[in-house]
Amino acid sequence: MRKNWWKLLGATFICISIIAGFIGPVPKLPILHETIRNVYFHVPMWFAMITLYAISVFYSVKYLNQGNPKFDIIAVEAVNTGILFCFLGLLTGMQWANITWGEPWPNDPKLNGSAIATLMYLAYLVLRNALEEEQKRAKISAVYNIFAFPIMIVLLYILPKLTDSLHPGSGGNSTFSDLDMDNYMRPVFYTAVAGWILIGIWICTLRYRVRLIENTRNRDVNNH
Amino acid sequence: MNLLQQVKSLVAKDLSLEWRSKYAINSILLYVVSTVFVCYQAFKSVDIFVWNALFWIILLFASINAISRSFTQESPFRQLYYYSLASPKSIILSKIIYNTLLMVFLSAIAYLTYSIIFKNPVGDALFYFLAVLLGSVSFATVFTMISGISSKTNNNSTIMAILSFPVVIPLLIVLIKLSHNSLIGADRSGSYSDILVLLAINVITVTVSLLLFPYLWRD
Repeated sequence: MRKNWWKLLGATFICISIIAGFIGPVPKLPILHETIRNVYFHVPMWFAMITLYAISVFYSVKYLNQGNPKFDIIAVEAVNTGILFCFLGLLTGMQWANITWGEPWPNDPKLNGSAIATLMYLAYLVLRNALEEEQKRAKISAVYNIFAFPIMIVLLYILPKLTDSLHPGSGGNSTFSDLDMDNYMRPVFYTAVAGWILIGIWICTLRYRVRLIENTRNRDVNNH
Repeated sequence: MNLLQQVKSLVAKDLSLEWRSKYAINSILLYVVSTVFVCYQAFKSVDIFVWNALFWIILLFASINAISRSFTQESPFRQLYYYSLASPKSIILSKIIYNTLLMVFLSAIAYLTYSIIFKNPVGDALFYFLAVLLGSVSFATVFTMISGISSKTNNNSTIMAILSFPVVIPLLIVLIKLSHNSLIGADRSGSYSDILVLLAINVITVTVSLLLFPYLWRD
């Protein structure tokens, strides 16, 4: 229980945010109306994704320094889970865009940026498949992971601020905190963010442990 | 030998190798000229959006072709010999500098041929040329490291394209915006933030390459 408290916390946070998100009061705004509740589900996906990618880069750096193969497994499973959250973020976003902006894929720098960032991480997975030898694969993919990360940060967080975007907080649009986030929404939103980040890390650790079991089983089969 | 001397002699080595065979320059020049000519035959005349986009696409593929060979043109044994002589930092730095020189030369020629064959609609020619220069330097810095990574895999050219396109798209977005502004002759002061972003990306890529390449070259 001492080790698992954060998993329980994450699950509780998500339950709270779902219940409070669907039945709690929201400000009445033109165009957005009730769809503003999507902010509890769409935005936390991106927070969870970026946290997982950051974890992956952290473990790639650690792998290059220490050469422990476990760090490489953590890095790749963090990317796998991050890609899952990226697709969820795109799906919830497309649904929302369809209602408020009239089409599921408007030409918006943040949308295109996140699609390109996904390509970057899919390329990382392709690179891993192209390399047979385990140590070489771990090292070279760690190098690419670290190399691509700062460019992804530029793509997702700096370029949209420079160009016109439909998203809040970029291209002169006001941020959510100025406009919509009244005092009731703010705590629910932060609860949702923390909850989804914790759940993302939980999924990542589960996948990591499954991979470890698979690896030891493969080794046992090979030895006999 | 210190880092600077090593870099200098490695760049001189690459330049003289290229000067003897003239393989890269000639093949890329032929590539650029024939692509421009094919585009000319297909389009005859284009509006400025297509003009700009076509130019960057031609330059993108020319630079991928030019740079993807930078770690595979010499035999692995000779590479090993270099690694025993020079530090990995000076090797990657020398490759970046050499590729930058190559790309600046190639893109200048590509720009010249392109604007001779197609009618040149550029409003602010000097600023457009600055965008081309910045673009060729950015391509060189990004693709050098990617070609180092992809040279470690077996199917080099496919992996090179897969790895480099997502990384280079943010650069291309800024470059196309910058060059479009100079194409329509917009006020220069509006583009300074784009130039700053490009320079920042270049500084980041060179730093990260310097930090990471020492891990990459060892097999």
